[in-house]
Amino acid sequence: MTAMYFANAIARGLSEAMAEDDSVIVIGEDVELSTIGATKGLAESFGKKRVRNSPISEATVVGSCVGAAACGLRPVMDLMFSSFFYVALDQVANQAARLRYMSGGQVRLPLVLFTGTGPSGSAAAQHSENPHPLLMSLSGIKVVFPSTPADARALVIESVRDPDPVVFLLDLMLAGSRGEVLDGGGGVRLGQGVIRRAGDDMTVVAIGSAVPLALTVADELAVTGVSAEVIDPRTLVPFDWPLVFDSVRRTGRLVVADPARRTCGAAAEIAARVMENCWPELRTAPARVTWEDVPIPFSPVLERAVTLSAAKIRAAMTAALSPAS
Amino acid sequence: MSELEGRGAAWTEERGTSDEGRGSLKAPRRRAGDTADAGARYQGGTQTERELLMLTRMVRIRLFEEKLQQLFAQGRLPGFVHLYVGEEAIAVGACSVLRDDDKITSTHRGHGHLIAKGADPALMMAEIMGKRAGLCRGKGGSMHIADYSLGILGANGIVGGGIPIATGSALADSVLGRDTVTVCFFGDGAANQGVLLEALNLSSVWQLPVVYICENNGYTEWMRTQDITAGEIADRARAFNVAASAIDGNDVLAVQRIVRAAVSRARGGGGPSLIEAKTYRILAHNEGEEAFSGKYRPQHEIDRWKSRDPIAGFSSVLLTHPGMTQDVLDEVWAAEAAVIAGAVDFALASPEPDPGEAVEDLYAAGGTA
Repeated sequence: MTAMYFANAIARGLSEAMAEDDSVIVIGEDVELSTIGATKGLAESFGKKRVRNSPISEATVVGSCVGAAACGLRPVMDLMFSSFFYVALDQVANQAARLRYMSGGQVRLPLVLFTGTGPSGSAAAQHSENPHPLLMSLSGIKVVFPSTPADARALVIESVRDPDPVVFLLDLMLAGSRGEVLDGGGGVRLGQGVIRRAGDDMTVVAIGSAVPLALTVADELAVTGVSAEVIDPRTLVPFDWPLVFDSVRRTGRLVVADPARRTCGAAAEIAARVMENCWPELRTAPARVTWEDVPIPFSPVLERAVTLSAAKIRAAMTAALSPAS
Repeated sequence: MSELEGRGAAWTEERGTSDEGRGSLKAPRRRAGDTADAGARYQGGTQTERELLMLTRMVRIRLFEEKLQQLFAQGRLPGFVHLYVGEEAIAVGACSVLRDDDKITSTHRGHGHLIAKGADPALMMAEIMGKRAGLCRGKGGSMHIADYSLGILGANGIVGGGIPIATGSALADSVLGRDTVTVCFFGDGAANQGVLLEALNLSSVWQLPVVYICENNGYTEWMRTQDITAGEIADRARAFNVAASAIDGNDVLAVQRIVRAAVSRARGGGGPSLIEAKTYRILAHNEGEEAFSGKYRPQHEIDRWKSRDPIAGFSSVLLTHPGMTQDVLDEVWAAEAAVIAGAVDFALASPEPDPGEAVEDLYAAGGTA
């Protein structure tokens, strides 16, 4: 066990994945230098044939990864900021997410699109996006959104091994946090969520950087006698629905904390599916804690106003328990 | 025509050795029996035999497209089709110098590319009719047909969508040390997509084994391309140090000659090329356009290009070969008409997909969401 930052954990996972399979290559802007650190050291270890600085041409580089994946490589592309997905969206949505299905299953597309994601402190609206709701609705793209360095390492290895296109999101709110990472093993399957904290009174499904916030609030509420269960789905596509349904059937209450805009967000989908599947057991309406439906603003004051916080999660959890709700 | 002689000129029909051990290309799925190719008999043949096969493929494309035109007019096709009539020399000239393990990317006007690369017309026809026996199990249709077992990485419904994919295919060849090449067909409309310039840059910097072939048929949908396009398309490649040339796309031997040189350069590690093949779209942008398009181009322009029919022109060349007769050419047309008729029969007899198949084929790892 070693304590390490997210980026180092991902770099370790990528290094392990590259060592076990020569067809894994890493492409992206400044991947040799590695601004976020997730590809640091790979060029030195594996050479510039497999670790390739690319021009700032997101659409063509993503599309090249699609073509390369169809023809025998396992490319990992670093897009740096997830807002840049929109530059490459044709190749993500019309190509990566479609070619296997449209070909009747003829081709496998084992590629990973890695990126930092979400607000990181006054980066403003073009560097603070969380694109997971869009990606979830595309059908054809898997979405990995870990909340601990250990999961980040394990899931990046699984993402590289996976035969389908995977978007791997590193929540930039967590980039400065550290966690224990196994030196080997510890595999986590895509689609395998985890109960971070067991409880009986409510289920809190938290995504990415909302997980540590929810855990903090759950610990605080425990002092008042409230027992909250916190679930980290870890991957959004595929999604561990049985884990959530089983929990809600026990607790009867659901709060979803999703760092994304409210409309058509992951929280909306999770709440809807819980209502469809757990209606008889629900004791109160599911609640969502999300961003406001606006782009992320620049001012620290405004950014805090629209994004998630422990206080907002606490308010939702408390309201879920109030007799009036 | 001496440059056509020598090794490597034969249009090989046998399956090449692909990289199926590690790659993502799957083995051939199924073949439609009597309509499948029997082109292997041309291997190692004379120049006349090889060129007769090229004509045969051009005729096959022509008849395939004309049959689709007819079926569409009769209301017997779901969706819509973009036909390749008049442009056959480009697909056939280019694919005639490719190996089976070489790869192509195609466009929304892609039937000709697929046939030229060896796809089975019966499986294509079934796909275009949305049938279960289609190459893509009825999930792709005309604009998205693919046969990965033949290195056909797919037609593409997005103008320019195949350009980055072809570049990535070539990247895989480069990284894995294979001597296969990728030909990227795209149209004059796609020449105005940013991804072309990005891909020219990337493939030049990385010296990738890719040949970009721009089929300039004069029209971007219903717009004259010259009215919305600055400069010469080939010059765009030169700006990125990519070898470029502009040729008569209706002369199949000229296409073959220049593509052979480009493929040879790519295979030998000499990097990418761009070829602008000038041709003309004889038929509509898509069948049925007359419902809204009006008369958007002069009849004399269409007539002038019809008089430059690539099949007629190539037939005249073939008739100068010793021993070649009109009877032989007539036999090609008759035989190909039978192939297309068989393809239609096969497609019509194929069952519809089961509705439950709609949720299959999304993920290789299984599951739907």
